[in-house]
Amino acid sequence: MTAIAPGTVPKASPRGSAARARMLRGLLPALSLALVLIAIAWLNPRAISYFGFNLMLNLAIPIALATIAQMFVIAGNELDLSIGTFVGFVGCVTATWLRDAPLIGILVLIGSIGVYALLGALIHLRNLPSIVVTLGMSFVWQGLAILVLPKPGGKAPDWLLSIMSFKPPYVPFPILAALLIAAVVHFGLMRTSYGVILRGSGGNAAALRRAGWSLLKTKIVLFALTGLFGVLSGMALIGITTSADANIGNGYTLLSIAGVILGGGEFVGGRVSPIGAVLGALTLALAASPLLTFMHIPPDWQVAANGAILIIVLAARVLISRRER
Amino acid sequence: MTSVRTLLEKPWIWSFVGALVVWLATIAFTGGYGAGGMVTAALSLAVFTVIVGVGQMFVITLGPGNVDLSLPANIGLASAVAMKVMGGSDAMIVVGLLAALACGAAIGAINYLLIWALRIPPIIATLSASFIIQSVDISYGRGLQIKPPPGFADFTNWQVLGIPVLAMLTVVFTIGAALALQRMIYGRSVLAIGQNIRAAWLAGVHVGRIRFLTYTLCGALGGIDGALLAGYFRGANVDIGNEYLLASIAVVVIGGTSVAGGKANVPGVWGAGLFLVLLLTMLNTFGVSAGVRLVLTGLIIVGVITAAGGEKAVR
Repeated sequence: MTAIAPGTVPKASPRGSAARARMLRGLLPALSLALVLIAIAWLNPRAISYFGFNLMLNLAIPIALATIAQMFVIAGNELDLSIGTFVGFVGCVTATWLRDAPLIGILVLIGSIGVYALLGALIHLRNLPSIVVTLGMSFVWQGLAILVLPKPGGKAPDWLLSIMSFKPPYVPFPILAALLIAAVVHFGLMRTSYGVILRGSGGNAAALRRAGWSLLKTKIVLFALTGLFGVLSGMALIGITTSADANIGNGYTLLSIAGVILGGGEFVGGRVSPIGAVLGALTLALAASPLLTFMHIPPDWQVAANGAILIIVLAARVLISRRER
Repeated sequence: MTSVRTLLEKPWIWSFVGALVVWLATIAFTGGYGAGGMVTAALSLAVFTVIVGVGQMFVITLGPGNVDLSLPANIGLASAVAMKVMGGSDAMIVVGLLAALACGAAIGAINYLLIWALRIPPIIATLSASFIIQSVDISYGRGLQIKPPPGFADFTNWQVLGIPVLAMLTVVFTIGAALALQRMIYGRSVLAIGQNIRAAWLAGVHVGRIRFLTYTLCGALGGIDGALLAGYFRGANVDIGNEYLLASIAVVVIGGTSVAGGKANVPGVWGAGLFLVLLLTMLNTFGVSAGVRLVLTGLIIVGVITAAGGEKAVR
């Protein structure tokens, strides 16, 4: 270190602040979640308890899983506008076939993951805009959901109900589940070598192709993973609500995109963060209803709260990025 | 023969061929019954898709990533604003239309403000905006079921010789849009930005101003569409614009406009709008259930886009 010429010393300071800005940017998802938690604690201290978290984060698990699903397509520079109705379709299958005829139910769910893989292949081979293809598919899933379950009803399988009502000691189940989801996906996508390839397909597709990797395969894998986590999300949702409805997942499309972006993900360049995505989903789950209820804001403004949080976090990110340069 | 060949090379011809095939299939099923009425109904419903479709087309032409996801919320809010301002009185029709137009244009301007100030992709900016607009609409239009003034409701349903007047006006509007796109500096600038934003900027195109204008224009068209929809369906509601998210994007893509930007096609929007409406009419005529209808609509849209294919990657 002593060998460095005196001339380089002044440069160290801006580089240090850039690194700080980058760290701040990485911490932004955690900071937004902390801010929402502090606000809730301040408005209603009793909510910060084992039972309080169990109640408030009730729906956080399916939202987090749907957000992770969306994150995989975004990692490949695509967007899935059908994830909401897909979650609804999976919910309907879970509440009917998976209970009455488990074998058929399992086959249908695996088949639907296969459909997602095929969509990935189609989008890559024909160079189609994923927004339009998945918008079209959102109609297909909705229609299939109505065909499976024309009227709200059905019942979740007992094993699923007992998993979702599991009460571990000390740590509320939703928090435990969120930690598990974040850890597993973080390891798979950020720490394995094929995870790097998957993210690279969004970062620099041309470079990957020249290095001999199949872009068709990465796209298929990314879409299949989206399908897999969409299935998990739908099952978790039914495990909590106990019965299904064809429209049950419709709000998840926009929530999942918002969660990925809140968690520090970007639309282009394969820049996503599984831990951030889970934190983003938790922030949205908390901010949408418990926080507003404690602030005595009518439920009309729940959707707006999501939009406002999204805008505030993005504005904060712009301020930080400006310093990064 | 050469004229037929040049006609077949037009990217928009296929959407009209599709609409014709669907129409023929339906009248073959009914044995010719209701063929004319179907065209009238298709024209009156296609109008609403075409108006927002043209706005969405200008936005999409700006280049990859440009899309307005706030249109459904915009339409919903503007329909409520228009009905509230008109307040059921014929004298206020023009004021109500202007209010809806201003409401939509303001939403478009805010969309661009978010894109510009936060430097975020348009998808996320219009998405966040749509969350907020939706809440404003729910809160503003709570329990609101104001009927349109009788004069306005009659106007949106007015037909001359079986052709809806609104459809004629929309044809005039789309001809204007086509001229603006191909012959005016504004339209050429939009195309230039879509082809290469940096080259357009170096060539002296006011990129920021043109993008601002385009988002505002798209928002304004959404606003006027909301007012007309409330007139046609005799009342505003929050969900009135929901189907126009898919429809506005689908008509643009099916109509032969490039999703990669820089290549727009106005006649195709009409063809695709008619195709979508006639498709729904056909499935209804066949008497399929709601579930099957949704599945088939989705599959046909995916199928048409697959057949039309994407752009070859330019590299």
